[in-house]
Amino acid sequence: MLSIPCPECGPRDEIEFHYGGQAHVAYPADPHSLDDRGWAEYLFYRDNPKGLFAERWQHAAGCRKWFNALRDTHTYEFSTTYRVGEPRPDVADPHPGAAPAGPSTPSNTPSSPAGGTL
Amino acid sequence: MTRPDNPQPSFRPPLLRRYSAAHLAARGLTQRRWPRSWRDHDLDSRYDVVIIGAGLHGLATAYYLAANHGITNVAVVDKGYMGGGGSGRNTAILRSNYLTPEGVRFYDRSLRLYEDLAAELNYNVMFSRQGHLTLAHNDGALRTMRWRAEVNKVQGIDSEVIDPRQIKELVPHLDTSTDTRYPILGGLYHPPGGTIRHDAVVWGYARAADHLGVQVHQNTEVTGIDVTDGKVTGVETTRGDIATGTVINCTAGWSTIISEMAGVEMPVTTSPLQAAVTEPVKPFLHTVVVSGTLHVYVSQTDRGELVFGASVDPFTSFSTRGSLAFAEGLAGNVLKLMPALSGMRLLRQWAGLCDMTPDYSPIMGPTGVDGFLVDVGWGTYGFKAGPVAGEAMADTVASGRVPEIIADFGLDRFSSGRLVGEKGAAAVGH
Repeated sequence: MLSIPCPECGPRDEIEFHYGGQAHVAYPADPHSLDDRGWAEYLFYRDNPKGLFAERWQHAAGCRKWFNALRDTHTYEFSTTYRVGEPRPDVADPHPGAAPAGPSTPSNTPSSPAGGTL
Repeated sequence: MTRPDNPQPSFRPPLLRRYSAAHLAARGLTQRRWPRSWRDHDLDSRYDVVIIGAGLHGLATAYYLAANHGITNVAVVDKGYMGGGGSGRNTAILRSNYLTPEGVRFYDRSLRLYEDLAAELNYNVMFSRQGHLTLAHNDGALRTMRWRAEVNKVQGIDSEVIDPRQIKELVPHLDTSTDTRYPILGGLYHPPGGTIRHDAVVWGYARAADHLGVQVHQNTEVTGIDVTDGKVTGVETTRGDIATGTVINCTAGWSTIISEMAGVEMPVTTSPLQAAVTEPVKPFLHTVVVSGTLHVYVSQTDRGELVFGASVDPFTSFSTRGSLAFAEGLAGNVLKLMPALSGMRLLRQWAGLCDMTPDYSPIMGPTGVDGFLVDVGWGTYGFKAGPVAGEAMADTVASGRVPEIIADFGLDRFSSGRLVGEKGAAAVGH
């Protein structure tokens, strides 16, 4: 169970929170000037990094406020959380080596699924 | 039901390598070792086609390139071991009762290829056609099921909505009482569905592809894709560089990372999906049971273990960890369906990475980069589609045009707005 630091309430258990996907995706400033590709990017294309990721969370079973977080998508480590409207903090990736391509190392695989199921 | 003509299998292993009852008896009596199913190779400097990902999709594509089109100078490269990604982590359920005509046609073709796969590959893939039952616990789910059943029937798929009494006859262990938190109002019954031994499918394709001349390179990580003037010229790996004009991204979990190497963006986010398996018990469950509302699907293997799958984890991730929260939630939901299982013990749980697309359909075919093709975005439904995906991708490479059966799954659909919305039939987490 993750412990997620809500900017309003402090650290709480993961089950109190609701995930909201990538943060800082702004509505197009001039929607009429967007072509089809531009709309597709706004609607469907999201960053999918292996490493540090700015994302939205809601403290659904607490203060019910949305906030943003910087989380490592591989280690699950929360670097920081901050309120909506604040700019993304300039935090260095704590695991810069984790970003390149490739699957997790075998040590991250809790069981061997290869022979696991039928 | 009529079957389309499958191409004649061109995989004919020599008699001494062919698997058969006589061969099994002879090996058993003489205690001679079995020949290796596939070989290791040094990495050549040039291949006609390089396939990234030695899972079901990559190996099936390689096999059909060789078997159907005679293209055998093919390398399948994988960072890890064969079938170690989604192919070894799924819950091995096959079905074709999808929601859109495009989806139903596509997955039905896959099911038909699976029907004949054991004979074609000379490999027992243990396809168990036990039937597939999706439960509805509310009016909305029941309405979608009626819709699905009609779409299925129009496409010639055996699929019908049944009532709680019929459900109880089919699966007596289900709690069909009306005073539960999530009473069962009906179900979508799909007799052609079932389960299969997923490792055997992977190994069968690998063995057949190897026999036809395809090279499978395990422990060979792709570190870069060379693109010159909008055209693929090669692949960089940890074991050396390869010159090639055609690269197919058949990865799951890393499809965005691999595509970015070629400069192609994908509308894909990656989330883990967890699954679990219990201790083995006597056979009692002869149907795959799925509940979207309770986020769970259950089947019993030939060994007697119950296999549970769920919806994807609630946030994006590249980690394949299991979590206690998942196991607790899963156990609670399974017991709501089948209270008699309360004494069973979980043996293990695991996670696989799912590349989710906005419309819950895959992304297949060419990209903006000449020679870089994708077969990705397989979310939680990739295993059942392996054969047809391989067949269609091989056809795409060999003919240079996109076959009709995957024409609706192109990357350009996100700009043109022609989405293939399968969320109502592809996922349990909604």
